[in-house]
Amino acid sequence: MQDFMQAFMHRKWWKILSIVLLIYTFIAGLLIPLPYETAYANSNLYESMRNFFFHVPMWFSQLILISVSLFYSIKYLRNPNPLYDIYATEFARTATVLGCLGLVTGSIWANYTWGTWWSNDPKQTGAAIALLIYIAYFVLRNSMPDMDKRSRVAAVYNIFAYFIYIPMIMILPRLTESLHPGGKGSEGNPGLGGSSLDATMRLVFWPAVIGWALLGTWISTLRLRVRLLEEKKHSA
Amino acid sequence: MNHIIALIKKDLLLEIRQQYTFYGILLYVASTIFVLYLAMNQPEEKVWNGLFWMIQLFICVNAVAKSFLQESQGRMLYFYTIAGARDFILSKLLFNAGLMIIMSLVSLALFQLLLGNPLRNPFRFIGFVCLGGCSLSLVFTFLAAIAARARQGAALMAIMGFPLIIPQVLLLMKMSNTAFADIIQVGLWQIILLLVALDVLVIALAVILFPFLWKD
Repeated sequence: MQDFMQAFMHRKWWKILSIVLLIYTFIAGLLIPLPYETAYANSNLYESMRNFFFHVPMWFSQLILISVSLFYSIKYLRNPNPLYDIYATEFARTATVLGCLGLVTGSIWANYTWGTWWSNDPKQTGAAIALLIYIAYFVLRNSMPDMDKRSRVAAVYNIFAYFIYIPMIMILPRLTESLHPGGKGSEGNPGLGGSSLDATMRLVFWPAVIGWALLGTWISTLRLRVRLLEEKKHSA
Repeated sequence: MNHIIALIKKDLLLEIRQQYTFYGILLYVASTIFVLYLAMNQPEEKVWNGLFWMIQLFICVNAVAKSFLQESQGRMLYFYTIAGARDFILSKLLFNAGLMIIMSLVSLALFQLLLGNPLRNPFRFIGFVCLGGCSLSLVFTFLAAIAARARQGAALMAIMGFPLIIPQVLLLMKMSNTAFADIIQVGLWQIILLLVALDVLVIALAVILFPFLWKD
């Protein structure tokens, strides 16, 4: 039984694309001239601004990967095929790892620009909540020995949590002031400062998002293939 | 609709006959708040508000946890065949919302009695308490269903629920701060509407997802 993901994970082109994009991000991200206004004149960011090319894409790709996980959880409920459950789990797992990396890179950055590792910023809170939600997802999975039931209950929780989490990260930044860009007063928004992104930075940023998301997908598919081989071995 | 009313009636009857959950939770509320009083005496407004909603959170986990665990597998199947999963979850949501509103009001009274009364605008706060009790119970009822399916108790509910309940709790804190002073919160109605919208979202998700949870 061949589905899209199974065909996709044996292709080579997107893995090469991921490597090329990431090499580009690392070189360009460390070398391009920063916009003087935002990095030096109006803030204390200086060269630490380059972390933007690494920290923010991790969160973007985390969101992309949990969305893929959600997609497969919904698919599982519509058609209980154990394959979909494995997909949903592995994408959630890689997303959690990327989330951890995003949190750590953000925390290091915060230490240099805001003075502390953790300053109770709404986006930091949102990040911590995301990690807690997905760790709870794995705890829930492990609490059930029965395969079929585990897949179904975990899928239900995954969908429920996702649809609460997305409104949450929309609401949280608007409730309190944030140190993140675009976070003054009630003007806070869940994403970036919108139009404040410099044109040259955009040229590095969006490829970085795609590169990290593809790398996340690659890692997930590798784990997937291991899991599928294990299943095969057990059933044989 | 008839099914829902019948199921709520059944829960009420069970409650009246067994008199276990209601008094159990009542005692839990009373003793927690009493311990809090011994530890804190009469705290200032901000602490009072924070403690109040945290206590509501714990009461909610305990009050709602039992609602699915008390039904045995066989009885579940019976309800499922005569009433359908949607009616069943709706009746549970309504019953627990009612239960939680009563418990919240009881704990508000106890807070007033023991921890002092910093409220300037008590009627507004009572409204928030009803809305808050209802919002908390909706999320935890659905999580109780998940936890019951995994044959786990309140601990798993807390792990799953505390991260998910944060938006509701933050909105409630923000709202209820207005009841402590004569300040005018900008966009208070917006916050209330946001909370109501979240409740509607939770109900919709519960109704859509619950049938999958109990299908065997």
